[in-house]
Amino acid sequence: MAQQNQSEIRYLNPPAIEVKKRKFCWFRKNNIKYVDYKNPDFLRKFLNEQGKILPRRITGTSLKYQRKVSRAVKRARHLALLPYVTDMLK
Amino acid sequence: MEKHYETVFITTPVLSEDQMKETVEKFRNILQKNQAEVVQEENWGLRKLAYPIDKKSTGFYNMIEFKSDGSAIDNLEIEYKRDERVIRFLTVKMDKHAVEYAKKRRNQKENTKKNESQKEE
Repeated sequence: MAQQNQSEIRYLNPPAIEVKKRKFCWFRKNNIKYVDYKNPDFLRKFLNEQGKILPRRITGTSLKYQRKVSRAVKRARHLALLPYVTDMLK
Repeated sequence: MEKHYETVFITTPVLSEDQMKETVEKFRNILQKNQAEVVQEENWGLRKLAYPIDKKSTGFYNMIEFKSDGSAIDNLEIEYKRDERVIRFLTVKMDKHAVEYAKKRRNQKENTKKNESQKEE
């Protein structure tokens, strides 16, 4: 009986099950070896709206390149190519 | 052993054009005096800063790429600190990937210039 009502439950809108998107390391795929701190628009891909560096679990980059990205972002911030904190619209 | 370095500095926008060239000239002479071999120079012109640096929101960006054995760096930095026209500077040692990247970027720039000139002809 219980089994039956269990399947009876109908959801109003189907639960959005997060389809497991295979994350890949952007740098390893297009085998980029050097993250240049001089062009900010490329680095902006790794920043969120407030200008903070995105974590690896979101961008999926490997540890080696995440360190290069964070070093480049910090250098760009020092040279005022990237803001430290902002509410720039993406 | 010759190491590759890359230095970027921002000068105040208050300067006139020739004053700005003169500062770039001054730093190039400093490098040459300390047996550093200037490989390439770039001038990105007036750019908007992401945040105001000592009450200025724009600045002239210049980049000098040079080869040296490291002794030139500390006098260069002293000069930067002494010169009040330069509001921000950053010197970076380039590893092998960086050198390769800079070479590729230079060739890219050359052929864009080349096909631009071809287009004009």
